[in-house]
Amino acid sequence: MSRKVIVIGSGPIMIGQAAEFDYSGTQGCLALKEEGCEVILVNNNPATIMTDHDIADTVYCEPLTVASLTKIIDLERPDALLAGLGGQTALNLAVELEKESVLQKYGVELLGTSVYSIQQGEDRELFRSLMNELSQPVPESEVITTLRQAKTFADQVGYPIISRPAYTLGGRGGGIVHSEAELEELISTGLKASPIHQVIVEKSIAGFKEIEYEIMRDQNGTCISVCNMENFDPVGVHTGDSIVVAPSQTLSDNDYQMLRTAAFTIVSELDVIGGCNVQFALDTESRQYYVIEVNPRVSRSSALASKATGYPIAKMATKVALGYSLDQLENPLTGHTYASFEPALDYVVVKFPRWPFDKFSEADRELGTKMRATGEVMAIDRTLEGAFQKAVQSLDTKIPTLDEPWGHLEKTTDLRYFAILHLLRKGESVETIQKQTKIDAFFLQVMKNIVDLEEKLREEPLDETLLRQVKVNGFSDKQVADLTGLSENEIKKKRKSFEVKRQFKLVDTCAAEFEAATNYVYSTFAGTNEVIPLQGEKKALILGSGPIRIGQGVEFDYSAVKAIQSLQKQGWTTIMVNNNPETVSTDYETADRLYFEPIQKEIISSIVHHEQVDLVFTQFGGQTAINLAEELEASGIPLAGVQTDVLDALEDRDKFYAALNERGIPYVSGSTCHTKKEALEAAEDYSFPILCRPSYVIGGQGMVIVKDLKELKKALQATDDRHYPIMLDPFIQGTEVEVDLVADGENCFLPEIIEHIEPGGVHSGDSMAIFPSTLFEEMKQTIHSYSREIVHHFDYKGIMNIQFLLSGEDVYVLEVNPRASRTVPIVSKVANVPLVDLAVRILAGDELNLQGIPKPEIQSTAVKYPVFSSYALTEVDHKLGPNMKSTGEGMCLGETVDEALRKVFSHLPNAQKIKDSCYIEGDTKLSTDLNFEDWVKIEEASIYVNDQSSESATKRRIQAIKNGLTVFTERATFEAYLQSLACEDFFPAPLPGNKREGVRS
Amino acid sequence: MNGYLCLQDGTTFKGKASESFNKPIQGEIVFFTGMTGYQEVLTDPSYKGQIVVFTYPLIGNYGINQTDGESDEIQVSGVIMFQCEENPSHFQSCQSLGDYLNENHVPFLTGVDTREVTKAIRAEGTQQAAISTKPDYIFQTADSHQIDKVKGESITTYGEEGEMHVALIDFGWKRSILNALLEHNLRVSVVPFSELETLDQLEPDAVVLSNGPGDPKDTTDSLPSIKNVLDKYPSFGICMGHQVIALAYGADTTKLTFGHRGANHPVKDVITGKVFLSSQNHNYVVKEESLENTPLAKRFYNVNDGSVEGLMHDSKLILSAQFHPEAHPGPKDAEWLFHDFIKLVKKKGVKAHVS
Repeated sequence: MSRKVIVIGSGPIMIGQAAEFDYSGTQGCLALKEEGCEVILVNNNPATIMTDHDIADTVYCEPLTVASLTKIIDLERPDALLAGLGGQTALNLAVELEKESVLQKYGVELLGTSVYSIQQGEDRELFRSLMNELSQPVPESEVITTLRQAKTFADQVGYPIISRPAYTLGGRGGGIVHSEAELEELISTGLKASPIHQVIVEKSIAGFKEIEYEIMRDQNGTCISVCNMENFDPVGVHTGDSIVVAPSQTLSDNDYQMLRTAAFTIVSELDVIGGCNVQFALDTESRQYYVIEVNPRVSRSSALASKATGYPIAKMATKVALGYSLDQLENPLTGHTYASFEPALDYVVVKFPRWPFDKFSEADRELGTKMRATGEVMAIDRTLEGAFQKAVQSLDTKIPTLDEPWGHLEKTTDLRYFAILHLLRKGESVETIQKQTKIDAFFLQVMKNIVDLEEKLREEPLDETLLRQVKVNGFSDKQVADLTGLSENEIKKKRKSFEVKRQFKLVDTCAAEFEAATNYVYSTFAGTNEVIPLQGEKKALILGSGPIRIGQGVEFDYSAVKAIQSLQKQGWTTIMVNNNPETVSTDYETADRLYFEPIQKEIISSIVHHEQVDLVFTQFGGQTAINLAEELEASGIPLAGVQTDVLDALEDRDKFYAALNERGIPYVSGSTCHTKKEALEAAEDYSFPILCRPSYVIGGQGMVIVKDLKELKKALQATDDRHYPIMLDPFIQGTEVEVDLVADGENCFLPEIIEHIEPGGVHSGDSMAIFPSTLFEEMKQTIHSYSREIVHHFDYKGIMNIQFLLSGEDVYVLEVNPRASRTVPIVSKVANVPLVDLAVRILAGDELNLQGIPKPEIQSTAVKYPVFSSYALTEVDHKLGPNMKSTGEGMCLGETVDEALRKVFSHLPNAQKIKDSCYIEGDTKLSTDLNFEDWVKIEEASIYVNDQSSESATKRRIQAIKNGLTVFTERATFEAYLQSLACEDFFPAPLPGNKREGVRS
Repeated sequence: MNGYLCLQDGTTFKGKASESFNKPIQGEIVFFTGMTGYQEVLTDPSYKGQIVVFTYPLIGNYGINQTDGESDEIQVSGVIMFQCEENPSHFQSCQSLGDYLNENHVPFLTGVDTREVTKAIRAEGTQQAAISTKPDYIFQTADSHQIDKVKGESITTYGEEGEMHVALIDFGWKRSILNALLEHNLRVSVVPFSELETLDQLEPDAVVLSNGPGDPKDTTDSLPSIKNVLDKYPSFGICMGHQVIALAYGADTTKLTFGHRGANHPVKDVITGKVFLSSQNHNYVVKEESLENTPLAKRFYNVNDGSVEGLMHDSKLILSAQFHPEAHPGPKDAEWLFHDFIKLVKKKGVKAHVS
């Protein structure tokens, strides 16, 4: 089957479409290669693992548009297209390519589910009529294309009604309409969000149980249900925003089989070849059910189902798309049963969403039909109490104090789970909460059990029985310590004397029915250990980065996976610890063994102890992993490379400045303030604006530029105690640049400099950036030499990121990150240098001559750009600043900066040619003549430029976002767009290191 | 109170004994890997006298209801679980699982590492086990001939006078087999396998041979009369019924190491090439090589271990399935077998393998 297959990825990480498609895409590409296919990948997300030559033969970071794909198809002439692994983005593109006869023209076969079936599943009207044909119940609904039709429908069935725009991802543009007053805004938004201007309005069945099935089907018609899942949150909250358990807990076998059979009927009629997700609503008082939705592709839920069961859905879906039947494919976990079976679980799984509201205090926290979580965690245990608690421990977030807990139940918010715990602690009954929330009493009882145990810990002496009981129910030593008033160390001692020990068990897809050669492990205090430590002379444990969130995205999974691969190449046995079900790092085929666990000291230590790990790597799992370094080192765990006193010297401003002074490196001199009072005193020495930065945060959370004393006071008011000390820096105008380097303590290898397009003050994660930079040689030399000095001074080993501010001819050091950064994948891919591999080799003790590595010859220019999920956070002003707001990033390559920029902005109209496409505050040349209120509603409206900081500016930007427009909040970004217009056309350019390199004419 | 699960090979597991537990019980130990369907399992006569281990850790979540029982009583002798939910949640639930077992004096253990128990059974095969208050237990000779304990004594007829009349030969029938037949508007008479001499008087259009517990060779004495029935009437055998058909025509059965139980066994249809998931519960299996020189041929086989999962006769309308097309618990993917069989019976004279 030596075929050339083009695979479409899902593009930058956005709310509703995150790292799960890197996982499924990577699996899919590898499955294609396993079958001897040549893989051409198109995905403009540089932070992914799939956009790597270990995964695909040729990689294009090019716009995901029909025009761009057509060019690539014309150039590559593939035999087939695989679109079922790249989320809604890829699926929509496949439909478009088929519609525009591109596939036909180039003779490209679409693998897997046909376009007609996709449309039947995705097009609301076709789907509804199919359900009627199959006698499958769907909620009363109507497809509408005008506001008036929506009103007529609502008058018929009564409010609330649900608005679901067709062909959108993550419920984009949809929502619940509670009254006529809300109708106009929501329906208009919905019509605009749908690429075919179609919205389905639906009678609300909020309060029903929400149940999902993950189905696989082959061309023989064999169907299997890989996993079913039950949402903790009843219908009304988007499944991506719901806490989910697997398998279902409150369904009888009759209920379970009824829905499973219904799912098979639907999937068979749709003639799905591959994976498919079917969502149901089930009444709590009868067996009445409704089909909510079908996704004829792999999805976020299928990634979750794969991790929950061990069944590799994307891999099997790819093989099935190539023509295999399920009974021809081996189950890789057991090695001797086949893919045509249904996993049996002997543990429970809880998925918990990770929301961005810790970054957006001004956001409306209400949850509904529109997804708002950026990522998720998953936890495995033998008890549901344990799984819930481990999931919460994995979130890596602080739960805010709940002043009005009922409020989170009356209007469902992201804090509902915690508010329920709070209410149960206060003595509210399960019944009362069940009545208000419609959450199944079974789940509420589980939470009540947790609360009862908390009470017991507070009241009763901590004997062996109680200690064992709370550990079985997922309490961490820290929780036990806090509740009993003992120290964590005392708890640890007690556990040792009572022999209450963490045990390890396997995920094997078959509940131990068959012997399985699996390396997929979870921990529990229930039962005995069955996991024998790995063989191997040198064992490394790599910490993952947990859930995808703003400031810590899939790029850290890239680094972690690359680190594993590098260690394996050098003969190390590798162990991964992570809790994000969406990622490649938690594919049990990535490391030699996967521990699916919260990233916490207690757990890491027990794994290190159990496996006799030689070295723990903390540099490749983002801030989450590095934050743990100090605790780990303190408990005597061997860390790779950096000692925590070096980390401290880099984090601690005074020590850091002292070091820079000693080396004669200029920096922007600020103050470290431990209290609010200190901060206000320090501010007197500076002239405003001042940059105000809290400590120990991810992605510039809570960072602000304050213009005066009033704003500073406000910012200090909003800062949590645990984020002190706070840094105050004078704010200097200038250009920001950054470098990623590998160091051996003496020398460093620094491939090239990344130059930001927006001025300093904008968070580096939200800036557009050019790589390699356009700086003069002299300035480059200065940056190189300062970097070398820093490495030398700290004897730093491993990977490091340094940010600089250039003001005039001066170069200031802004920040040093002693870990792999967001830009590591970009530098590695564009310069074609294996940064992580080099760093790992140094950390693992390999003698590497860094000076001997030639400076990379970079052929093309890359532009990296941030992607904002503003459609999911329409109430948030996305004005760029020091607090990072983007959820993901994209990248395009060009021969020139202009060409790369042209690709970045290729989805936008040419403002110089199309009148009224653009509204620029304070500009008359290109801007429309219409006034804002009129302009924002017209069809041509596309680009809004407003860089002001005022209430009215915020209001207008939000209005523009709500209308689905592109908003530029920095002049520099808009100018980059104008610059891109200078380039007439663009041509596909693969990442360097491709087989086809140089063929381009 | 502590309780122990003692396996005959000497392995013991500690757990918490149930309220109603007062004297040790002994039985064959088997594990069930389905994640739902505990009520159906406990009441299925095929589990007569066995100690069942549920591998899924949370059992009893949706309680016990009035509709899902496969017979009127609990058939298992004992139950091993990790957790037994005291506060079930389901609109049909009328009792918690724990109360149901206690009320019926069926002992059970909780807090047991059921995964480890399963691995022990997997390694050493199905064996005798006991639930006891002490970690040591002296094993008695195992019970046999369970079918005699579960089959009825007299003929009972269900359903209205209909298009067809089917005799359900009882080796310990499950209620869902009857329900599946009644759904096709048939009149069904349940006939104990020991009462076959009166079968002709019922003038059935077809017979269905039911499931049942234990060794199919426990029916050896009845095989000649069973063969007479098979020769005369279109027949469909399920589980033990399937094994008995094989024995009646001279094929042989053998015991599997630890049997097939659960809701996820893939079965391939030789005729259509399709694979479907099936509900299974059996220790014994028809030996494939013993089919040679019999009029029977393999119709279905297990994708995982290749074992025989169903038969067809070369000249008569005789079909059989080792799995449970009536489901309960488990998937209904093979429900079509009832439909196909009945359709063929209606077209009199058609052979089974022409479907």
